[in-house]
Amino acid sequence: MSHNLILRIISKFLIPLIILFAFYVQFHGDFGPGGGFQAGVIFSVAFILYTLVFGLDSAEKIITPVVLRILASLGVVIYAGTGVASLLLGANYLDYDVLGKTPVAGQHVGILVIELGVGITVASVMILIFYSFAGRDRD
Amino acid sequence: MELILSHYNYWIVIFLMMAGFYTVISRGNLVKKIVGLNIFQVSVFLLYISIGNVEGGTAPIVIEGAEKYSNPLPHVLILTAIVVGIATTALALALVVRIREAYGTIEEEEIHEQDQSL
Amino acid sequence: MIDQHVSLLLVVIPLLAAPFVAVLPGRHLAWLATQIITAICFALAIYQLLQVLQGGIISYELGGWAPPWGIEYRIDAANALLAVIIAGIAAITAPYSLASVQREIPQHQHSLFYASFLLCITGLLGISLTGDIFNLFVFLEISSLSSYALISMGKQRQALTAAYQYLIMGTIGATFFLIGVGLLYAQTGTLNMADLAARLPEVIQLRTVHTAFGFILVGVALKLALFPLHLWLPNAYTFAPSVVTIFLAATATKVAVYVMLRLNLTIFSSDFVLKTPANEIFLTLGIIGIIVASATAIIQKDAKRLLAYSSVAQIGYMIIGLGFASIAGLTATLVHIFNHAIMKAALFMAIGAIFYRIGSSRLDDLTGLGRQMPWTFGALIIGGLSLIGVPGTAGFISKWYLVIAALEQDNWLATIAILGGSLLAVIYVWKLVEVLYFKVATSERQDVREAPLLLLVPTWVIALSNIYFGFDTTWTVGVAQTAIKMLGMS
Repeated sequence: MSHNLILRIISKFLIPLIILFAFYVQFHGDFGPGGGFQAGVIFSVAFILYTLVFGLDSAEKIITPVVLRILASLGVVIYAGTGVASLLLGANYLDYDVLGKTPVAGQHVGILVIELGVGITVASVMILIFYSFAGRDRD
Repeated sequence: MELILSHYNYWIVIFLMMAGFYTVISRGNLVKKIVGLNIFQVSVFLLYISIGNVEGGTAPIVIEGAEKYSNPLPHVLILTAIVVGIATTALALALVVRIREAYGTIEEEEIHEQDQSL
Repeated sequence: MIDQHVSLLLVVIPLLAAPFVAVLPGRHLAWLATQIITAICFALAIYQLLQVLQGGIISYELGGWAPPWGIEYRIDAANALLAVIIAGIAAITAPYSLASVQREIPQHQHSLFYASFLLCITGLLGISLTGDIFNLFVFLEISSLSSYALISMGKQRQALTAAYQYLIMGTIGATFFLIGVGLLYAQTGTLNMADLAARLPEVIQLRTVHTAFGFILVGVALKLALFPLHLWLPNAYTFAPSVVTIFLAATATKVAVYVMLRLNLTIFSSDFVLKTPANEIFLTLGIIGIIVASATAIIQKDAKRLLAYSSVAQIGYMIIGLGFASIAGLTATLVHIFNHAIMKAALFMAIGAIFYRIGSSRLDDLTGLGRQMPWTFGALIIGGLSLIGVPGTAGFISKWYLVIAALEQDNWLATIAILGGSLLAVIYVWKLVEVLYFKVATSERQDVREAPLLLLVPTWVIALSNIYFGFDTTWTVGVAQTAIKMLGMS
């Protein structure tokens, strides 16, 4: 892969843009179309592109499967934990109203945190799936 | 003719559904079965999304000048169903990879023969 | 605080625990966490059942959104009983799994195994508690996906093809269910079960609703392995790890039967169901299923597969009860859901204990082991007697009610099938006994010892419960009758 100069330069140029767009989709999901699922997939695309061009070994140096497994679990914990937080604040599960000073502010906080959890899990699971398929014939 | 044109979304859905279902049943190749299963699932996604459409409605975001909105709920449901579909496909493909490692083939009949000869 | 959130905690605790367990290092920690979580769930489920019996239906609004807009958990006696079965079987399988999983599953997969196990519990509990039909689909897929993964962890390579086959069939079933839900939504604009029940009568004559009913029926029938849609089940149960077989055999298909019950009684009114051929289909398939599957069980050469076919036959009993659409019939179905869970758990646990020792469940390999493993063999006998329906065991109670329901409607064919099925059960249980006790062990298996206590204690707890619930029926028949009343049957 080391000879594909054009591919490498173009992807180096594209990867930051893809990640930036993923963050836009993630955090703008509050006001327009977007959200954790889409952002997570877009984010993972950046890594998959990197893996395709630079190889699995160098990709696994940046983010190892173990870290991905922990991140995937972390996302679920964030999601379910938000629900537990609202339980502890005296409301029903996943009732965001109590998370902020006013119900509207609470809804904003709640959906942002939830979508963050979804985004983290989706992105890391997508990369993990790609890793494990790509690395299958290696071991 | 009227019946076909005014319900074109249903015809597309039914065509895809039958094509996918037939592929699942008739193909012996495990990967092709998964492809069929995906087509089958997508047809249902289309069914949901097309019934959520409101004629002349716009995307369900509150903006000035828009009065009619499409129903967003089917889209949200299908987003969930798509995620479930992805998980199913990934799991199925992972199983196929391991079946191929264990049997050296992904043709249903050959796998069956190997199991019988044991 | 716990009072009011108990139904929700039942689903959330295993869900929240699963990601933690997935990253826990070491096999004992993951097992310990699973054991604690399942025990908590069992306690909560019993508490919830008591709450329902005293205070009536519990309704829980997720996110504080009032139904029918938000997702609602709606618990009456039927699903509270089901939750007790699921959580109870999980709590009793967990101690069994420590030794069994260590023997059958490679060490690096242990934490993932327990995480999938917890997710499967989440899914099944979710199905039983939710009052939203789309939410039910999501939980159905959570439990199915995790069970495909669990089955594929079996030692033999056939486990992979069995999981694949189950995945294809299960996904087709779930998609059929989804089509039906979509059509219902298109017609009524709601997904809440109670709201659907209120709105469906207005549109009940439309063909869309009939089509939706058909699709959902076939989808659920695939999941519950109703004859002749049972083809995935024998392979899945035979090649899955023992713990998975015990858990799935005791809960997964039962939950699908419950969905069918809910569908027929709550969502579609019984008036509607009576106008469709659904009940006749249930009766016909149930009767054929009992006879054919029991007969097939007799000719099996593998103990797990034999019991798997017997499961298909037992599902026939439950479906017959549903087909009668009478109070006695539905009581029999609910009671048999409970009783079959404990008898099949006892039988599969005993076979699992033998599998633990010799690594096989083929009948040719089991010869004479009953003498060397007397305690395991004893539990197997109790489970077998219960399966046949001998008085004094749990199995007798459900068959008794089923026969009463059949006689009530003068349905002689069903009566003959129920009793004939029991006779066939005598034959296949005897086949197990004959192989295990009256044949001589092969020379290389002379030194097989009794199973370790870790396996024996759970096995005997569940075996003795078969006898206990054969005498004390307040918790089975009593609760089931309350449940039927709550479902609005009169």
